[in-house]
Amino acid sequence: MASATTLYDKVWDSHHVGTRGDGESLLYIDLQLLHEVTSPQAFGGLKLAHRPLWRVTANLATPDHNVPTTNREMGFDGITDPIAHEQVVTLDANCREFGVEQFEILDPRQGIVHVVGPEQGATMPGMTIVCGDSHTSTHGAFAALAQGIGTSEVEHVMATQCLAQKKAGNFAIEVNGRLADGVHAKDLILAIIARLGTAGATGHTLEYRGEAVRALSMEGRMTLCNMAIEAGARAGMVAVDDTTLGYVHGRPFAPKGSLWDDAERYWRTLVSDPGAAFDRTLTMEASTLEPFVTWGTSPELGMGISGALPDPAAEADPVKAESIRLALAYMNLRPHQPITDIHLDRVFIGSCTNARIEDLRAAAKVVKGRRKANSVKQVMVVPGSGLVKAQAEREGLAQIFVDAGFEWRAAGCSMCLAMNPDKLGPGEHCASTSNRNFESRQGFGGRTHLVSPAMAAAAAIAGHFVDVREWL
Amino acid sequence: MKAFSTVTGLVAPLDRANVDTDQIIPKQYLKSIHRTGFGDNLFDGWRFLDEGAPGMTPNERRINHDFVLNLPRYQGARVLLARDNFGCGSSREHAVWALMEFGFDVVIAPSFADIFYNNCFKNGLLPIVLEKEIIDDLFRRATSEDGLELTVDLVAQRITAPEGMLIGFEFDPVRKEKLVKGLDDIGMTLAERARIEAFEAKHYARMPWLPGAREKRS
Repeated sequence: MASATTLYDKVWDSHHVGTRGDGESLLYIDLQLLHEVTSPQAFGGLKLAHRPLWRVTANLATPDHNVPTTNREMGFDGITDPIAHEQVVTLDANCREFGVEQFEILDPRQGIVHVVGPEQGATMPGMTIVCGDSHTSTHGAFAALAQGIGTSEVEHVMATQCLAQKKAGNFAIEVNGRLADGVHAKDLILAIIARLGTAGATGHTLEYRGEAVRALSMEGRMTLCNMAIEAGARAGMVAVDDTTLGYVHGRPFAPKGSLWDDAERYWRTLVSDPGAAFDRTLTMEASTLEPFVTWGTSPELGMGISGALPDPAAEADPVKAESIRLALAYMNLRPHQPITDIHLDRVFIGSCTNARIEDLRAAAKVVKGRRKANSVKQVMVVPGSGLVKAQAEREGLAQIFVDAGFEWRAAGCSMCLAMNPDKLGPGEHCASTSNRNFESRQGFGGRTHLVSPAMAAAAAIAGHFVDVREWL
Repeated sequence: MKAFSTVTGLVAPLDRANVDTDQIIPKQYLKSIHRTGFGDNLFDGWRFLDEGAPGMTPNERRINHDFVLNLPRYQGARVLLARDNFGCGSSREHAVWALMEFGFDVVIAPSFADIFYNNCFKNGLLPIVLEKEIIDDLFRRATSEDGLELTVDLVAQRITAPEGMLIGFEFDPVRKEKLVKGLDDIGMTLAERARIEAFEAKHYARMPWLPGAREKRS
C-alpha cells in the first residue's frame, strides 16, 4: 500500500515530469492565465527567440489590472492613460498573434482573471495553474495547485509548458468549529495571517482543513486561498468535496457527459489521505473569531473589531517595534486607539479577494434600506467580472447599492492596486475588501484597512468601523 | 541572462522588515511593456516626496533627502542590506529589474519572500541569506561613520571587507551554477523536450478533460 500523502503531494506527483539536468523539478502546467501587466515582456521574449507557445490551448487571457471601471462600452477608447492603453492593446495583439483565447475588454466574460477562471469552469480540480500574479493562489480552492510566478517564469511556461521549481513543504491550517453569523472567510484569513505573520508560511503550500473550511462556499474558500500569499505561501489548497463539484458542474469549460463522470471519479481522490504527514500545522478555532480589521501597512497588522491599537513601546523585538511605529505614523493612528474610532473617507468593495456574487450579496444585505454616511466621499462597488455584474443587476443588488449612494462600476482590479483611474487621495482612509494594505497601494499616500464585504458595507453606512454582527 | 561575477561595492542599509514589491516599484510604472526603464523609480514612494508618474525624470521630482538611498554617502551602492521577508507581496518581476537597473547586484537579508527570491535568479540579482546576528552587525557597520564596502564572491560563497572581515554563506549549488554561468532557463528545459512530450501524452490520456487535450501539437 502506498503511504498516506497530502493533497499537495498528489497534485505535485501527477504533474512531475522529471528532474532537469541541473536538479530542478519540472512541473507540468495545465493552464496559464494571462493578463496585460506581466505578459508583454514574456511574449516579447518568445518573439525575440523565435519560440512558439508550447500548447496554445493551455492559455487563457483577459485584461483586468488597467481597465477603467467607467465608460466600458467605449472599449480601448475608454482607457484615457496612453501607457495603460498600449498595454491592454498589446495583450490583445499578442493573443491574436499567438492564437490565445481572450475575453477581451468588451466581452461580457471579461473580468479579474482569478474570478473569470473559476466562473468559466476553466479552473478544475487537480490542475496545475500559473499566472503572473501572486493571487493565483485563489484557484487552490478547487484543489488545484495554483501559483503566482514572475514574468521570466511566464515566458518559461509559454515556451515549455513546465515550471522549474523545488517542491514546497506541507502546511496544514486546521480550522475547527463554525464561523459566527457576520464573520466571514475574509475575517478568518486575516486572523490566520495575523497569527502566522506575512512570512509565516514561506516555502510551504497551505492546505485549509477542518469543519469551518468544509462549511464554506467556493467563494469563501477562494477568499481563503487568495490570501495564502499574504502569509508567505505561494499556494493554498482545499480538498475536493460536493461543494467543489457542485460549483464546477455545468460551467462552460467543465467536462460534460461521460467525460465529467471520469473526471469526477478522479477529482474525488483529491483529498489528503487520513494520517498524511504535514511539516507544520496551525490550529484555529472559528467560533470565537470576530470581524477583523487591519490597521497597519502589512496584512499581518490586524485585529478583531473590539480591539485597540498596539503600543510600540510595549514590543520587545526592536525590528517589530519599528514596524509598528512606522505603520502607525503612516496611517496617522495612535497607540491604544479603538478600531471603531477609525473613520473612513472612501470604501472599496471589489478585487480578486471579494468581488464574487456572494460577496456582493453579503454587502447588499447590510446596505439594504440604508444610506452611505455623508462623511464618506465615495463608495465604489466593482464586480469581479462582467457576468458577476450582470447577475448582481438581475438580483437587484446593484440597485440596493445605487439607492444607498454607492457607485456601481464595470469589472476589473480597480482600486485594489489603483493602476486604473480608481484611487485614493493622499491621507485618505479606505475600508477595502482587497488583499493588501501596503503604503500607497490604493493611491499615493492612501491608507488602506482590509475588511470583509459586510464590514466594508457597514463602515460605509456608519462612517467608521462598526461590528457588523450588531447589524444583523 | 548576465553571468554573475564577483562584486565589490558599497553597502546601503534599508532598515525595515517586510519591504514589499509595491514599495520597490509602485504600480504606476508597471504599465510599461518593456523590461527596462524602472531604475529611476526604485522605491519611488520613499525616494521622492511627490507622486511620480511614468515619463517623469528624477530632476523634476521632489527628493526625500532623509531616505537612505538619497544620502550622499550611499551613492553608487551595489549591495542592499535589508531585513526579514524582503520582497513580499506582488509577484512583479519589475521589482528585480528596478533594483538591478538602479545599480544593485546583491541583496543581503535574513529572509526573502518566495516569488521575489525566485525572480532574482532569472535575472542575475544575487540574494544572500545571512543569520540575523550577522545582519545586525552589518547594519551597525554600514551605518557607522566609515560605512561598509564588501566584496561578494559567489563562487567561493564568501563575503569579505577591506579590514579583513570574512563571512561564509550557504547557497544552493544548482542555482549558483546557473548564476555563475548565466544559463538560459528556457533553453535548459527545452533540452528535455522529449521527456515533456512523453509525459504529456500520458497526462492527457489520463485526464482528457484538460484544456490542452484538445490540441494536437505539430
